[in-house]
Amino acid sequence: MMNGYSYGMEICMTNCPTLIVTVGLPARGKTYISKKLTRYLNWIGVPTKEFNVGQYRRECVKIYKSFEFFRPDNEEGLKIRKQCASAALNDVRQYLTEEGGQVAVFDATNTTRERRETINRFAEQNGFKVFFVESVCEDPDVIAENIVQVKLGSPDYTHCNTEQAVEDFMKRIKCYENSYQPLDEVLDRELSFIKIIDVGRRYLVNQVQDHIQSRIVYYLMNIHITPRSIYLCRHGESELNVRGRIGGDSGLTARGKEFARCLGQFMHKQGISDLKVWTSQMKRTIQTAEALGVPYEQWKALNEIDAGVCEELMYEEIQQRYPLEFALRDQDKYRYRYPKGESYEDLVQRLEPVIMELERQENVLVICHQAVMRCLLAYFLDKTAEELPYLKCPLHSVLKLTPVAYGCKVERISLKVEAVNTHRERPENVNVHRTAEDALQTVPAHL
Amino acid sequence: MVSDATGLRLKLARLQVVQLICLEAAVNGYSTQNPSFCVIPTTTFHNYHYWHILFSYSLINVHTVRSAAFTVRTAASRPQFTNSPTMIVMVGLPARGKTYISKKLTRYLNWIGVPTQVFNLGQYRREAVKSYKNYEFFRPDNEEAMNIRRACALNALKDIANYFAKEQGQVAVFDATNTTRERRGVIISFAKEKGYKVFFIESICDDPEIIEANIMEVKVSSPDYENCDKEEALEDFLKRIECYKTTYVSLDDESDRHLSYIKIFNVGSRYLVNRVQDHIQSRIVYYLMNIHVTPRSIYLSRHGESELNLLGRIGGDSGLSSQGKKYASTLSEFIRDQAIKDLKVWTSHMKRTIQTAEALGVAYEQWKALNEIDAGVCEEMTYEEIQENYPEEFAMRDQDKYRYRYPKGESYEDLVHRLEPVIMELERQENVLVICHQAVMRCLLAYFLDKSADELPYLKCPLHTVLRLTPVAYGCKIEPFYLNIKAVNTHREKPVVSQRTFNSIADHQFQQLISMVYLFSRMWM
Repeated sequence: MMNGYSYGMEICMTNCPTLIVTVGLPARGKTYISKKLTRYLNWIGVPTKEFNVGQYRRECVKIYKSFEFFRPDNEEGLKIRKQCASAALNDVRQYLTEEGGQVAVFDATNTTRERRETINRFAEQNGFKVFFVESVCEDPDVIAENIVQVKLGSPDYTHCNTEQAVEDFMKRIKCYENSYQPLDEVLDRELSFIKIIDVGRRYLVNQVQDHIQSRIVYYLMNIHITPRSIYLCRHGESELNVRGRIGGDSGLTARGKEFARCLGQFMHKQGISDLKVWTSQMKRTIQTAEALGVPYEQWKALNEIDAGVCEELMYEEIQQRYPLEFALRDQDKYRYRYPKGESYEDLVQRLEPVIMELERQENVLVICHQAVMRCLLAYFLDKTAEELPYLKCPLHSVLKLTPVAYGCKVERISLKVEAVNTHRERPENVNVHRTAEDALQTVPAHL
Repeated sequence: MVSDATGLRLKLARLQVVQLICLEAAVNGYSTQNPSFCVIPTTTFHNYHYWHILFSYSLINVHTVRSAAFTVRTAASRPQFTNSPTMIVMVGLPARGKTYISKKLTRYLNWIGVPTQVFNLGQYRREAVKSYKNYEFFRPDNEEAMNIRRACALNALKDIANYFAKEQGQVAVFDATNTTRERRGVIISFAKEKGYKVFFIESICDDPEIIEANIMEVKVSSPDYENCDKEEALEDFLKRIECYKTTYVSLDDESDRHLSYIKIFNVGSRYLVNRVQDHIQSRIVYYLMNIHVTPRSIYLSRHGESELNLLGRIGGDSGLSSQGKKYASTLSEFIRDQAIKDLKVWTSHMKRTIQTAEALGVAYEQWKALNEIDAGVCEEMTYEEIQENYPEEFAMRDQDKYRYRYPKGESYEDLVHRLEPVIMELERQENVLVICHQAVMRCLLAYFLDKSADELPYLKCPLHTVLRLTPVAYGCKIEPFYLNIKAVNTHREKPVVSQRTFNSIADHQFQQLISMVYLFSRMWM
């Protein structure tokens, strides 16, 4: 009966697959951007994968000797590199046409017009749209920092000391410089691209074709690399928590208030300047933030998942009144939508502006709820839709996320205030005809 | 009781009443950081009692507290877009779309809740120089005219300062050519002195066809050319543009690298963005990069009449009635007759819009964001039942239908927030038919027709009527098509509420408040 589409994002992001092609000298942040963009697109429900040509090269040439491999007059080196690029493009084609991928990120230097032409032709043959992301940076401090953060630890330099590695890498960059042809406003005016200059101080955007490219541009223009930390925690223990009831809008218990106090002390000790504090519009997060004694902002988007008809029920009651719904939820917790309520998938969509603003900000403390925190955590730690609804986000502990290299460092700090456990693992039996006992096997203890 | 109230009323200052609310809130565990700036969570905010007291007994200047409380709630319920006021400064030769962009951007910012106003220098000039003779006024060697134009610019800046300081504006769009570095320097110094942020939008276009089309669409009908025919107007305007060209200095990559700006080339084929400072500038850039000027039409319609519509019940997720089904097939014929190129069809996730779209026999996309406003505890009730079960809520809603949030439900304000991505995608698209719901359609319509938050919840969006919106000049042409299939009327006008109703309901609540006031006043006096 339903004839229309119903993608995760509710609209057809793109009619044909998109190939994102990075462009730029080494140590300009191409892989950083590729990985981050891939993580974001997957989180919002667009199947995306990155293809790093450097990895293909490492598989082909088992041992990296020195920068000489990259010399423009090294014929054998050039041949191998071209082969690797072709192998990568082949895998791209397979991913986009046979494996249900929608976006592929082709992460390589692609510094010559000739190489980009090859890619364009490949995309045209296969019916892919192409969008170039070029990173241009001449600030020696930024480049040095990049090398230290991600290149020294690369497999290429396991056998060198820091000085040798840096020296070799600088010579590697030199090999590319002579033949580098940046994307040009005039010569490349028919191409779709964004040129990121000096880590986001400036952008040149040309011929954005469709919705997904527009979203990618918006995302790239909002991310930054200034060091900062994001603190995620739930509200303090609430009245409904102790009674084993989900949802609702209750206040904090005494232990919850104790947590709020400890949280205030903890954040104060962290000694962060300009900390932003965000809460939802539900009592329990607001009360928690109040104890910090600093200004905070309320986001409706941070409200807990709406459990619809199951609001304020215990799991035992849900099993009693809606055993079928309960089983369906265990079968696909990510996509399951409570009747008159929401799904985790809906949550991700409503949290997208929060993520975008988190990317723009620097030090932020987000006081939210279990399902919401799982969604945010899944974004930062690149968790799949299957893992997301089962991520452990206990009460009274704070997660400190610090971006480092290509990912995120996580520190879990438990504030030593007792609380009930609200985490329900996936039970073994998810069949709709299961017994109540099987269904309630994993329900945590409560009053 | 009444005389006690009068006595206390005289003693209470505005601040103390607000403090009172804060203390009451504190008892429930809410914010009391700053006595004159407290965060009232929406559940308390919509508690009828406070409003009854403030309105009926005028303990304080109602308007002030009301707006203060609104400022409080708005500030608390939405994240901060920007800390300081922002001046958006247009740059570009005449007929490059500056006023088009100014008006469109202002409409968008106001719709998402950022108070914005356009200050068009041409208008100031028309007021100063009552009648326009010809392009000679704009010659760079015309000293007298230069003085007048400079004075107009300063007046506009003064009005902008007033808008920010006295009228709670957040963004001001300064719509003028601003083509010389000198003029931009004046604006930057002015903004720096006052603590405003500045964001430049430069429109660069060298396609003569586009320029001529612009002139024909908006310039020849301008007050300046009332007494000319089209050909004369075009000729004079082109000479006017020449006057600016000699002194035009575009924003420069090198010398202006510390400024925040976006350069739009050839109506959006290319953009150069420099130093975006904060959230609102980032949103502005995103918006500008998504709009286009390709001619197209947007069709807005509600679902066909539903079963619950027939029963006079709000919300829910029912199917179409027999009249509703008739509408769906008539809609299908109508759309076919319109012969629209590449029409996209969007619905919500609710049965009634999906069933309507099904009859069209074309592919359609479902948006959860297009779902009807969630009436929370009032879902599937008739208005009579709401009056019976939740009389205070019902009255509160009529007091401020835009911001009122149903308990466990949504407000129109929430709806606008969730419809923003829909609007953004509508801007990107060309021909679209949106099949949605009454409250949703009102929000979308308010965006296209630039309606205020007060007008929005009362816009007429009857069943079985298609509205065709076509962008034209600086606005939107709207054509309603009633498809001649009878349906119930679901429109409820703003009622005139009687004072007596207020008094009777909340007297006992007032007693509660007065006793609290008495208690606290003992602490202060």
